Amino acid sequence: MIRRQPEPFLWMLFSAGGVVSAMLMPALVFLFGVAFPLRWLPPPDHEHMRGLLGNPLVALVLLGLCVLSLFHWAHRFRHTLYDGLQIKHLEEVIATICYGGAVIGSAAAAYLLWQAQ
Amino acid sequence: MAESPAYTDYHPRWLRRRLSTYWWLEKPSYLAFVLREGSCLFVGWFVVYLLLLMRGVLQGDAAYQEFLAWSARPSVLVLNIISFLFLVYHAITFFDAAPRALSIHVGKTRVPEWIVGASHYAAWVVASALVCWLVLGS
Repeated sequence: MIRRQPEPFLWMLFSAGGVVSAMLMPALVFLFGVAFPLRWLPPPDHEHMRGLLGNPLVALVLLGLCVLSLFHWAHRFRHTLYDGLQIKHLEEVIATICYGGAVIGSAAAAYLLWQAQ
Repeated sequence: MAESPAYTDYHPRWLRRRLSTYWWLEKPSYLAFVLREGSCLFVGWFVVYLLLLMRGVLQGDAAYQEFLAWSARPSVLVLNIISFLFLVYHAITFFDAAPRALSIHVGKTRVPEWIVGASHYAAWVVASALVCWLVLGS
């Protein structure tokens, strides 16, 4: 009987999420988290933003970014909690919270981007 | 060994050196490791922030303006400035590790590590420029 190990698959999601978030997030957080709130740059108007979200290609990239980044967070956070705080005995609770949170966040992203189409 | 020891899941307790909860403050390299791992919290936070932004845009102009006003609140702004620093650190650590994780071969020769690393940084520049161009409009 083949014993299926989820760890390599989860690691792949972690790794892919790490690359996608590294490529896209610094620019996005700089614009929407720093430059627009500080009025260094004028924020785009609503029509432009709505048009972006309505673009299927942009929506697909955003969905990939959200889903993979959430699993990146879940995997790394889970391992950091085990190793850093030495709480290996809480393994199942932590894994459920981390991956469960990632699944819920992914569903929210899919729902929002589907609505935008 | 007359008595049979109780079964434990992990290492026998008597062989373990007690590790301080603050072991990661003992050396700069430990601290760098914890900061790198901790960057995932900001990756997670930014997904939540993106979801809130998308929801605002979908709900209409008023909700979008409300989101923009909320994003300018000092607590949110400070969190996002810290997030930006952590995300840049995350990107650098990931791209620096990429040449060691990714071994690309052309024919029988391995592509030199610096090319793999440099191409990641080049892709980062292109992706960031593309994001700015799309968001800010031409």
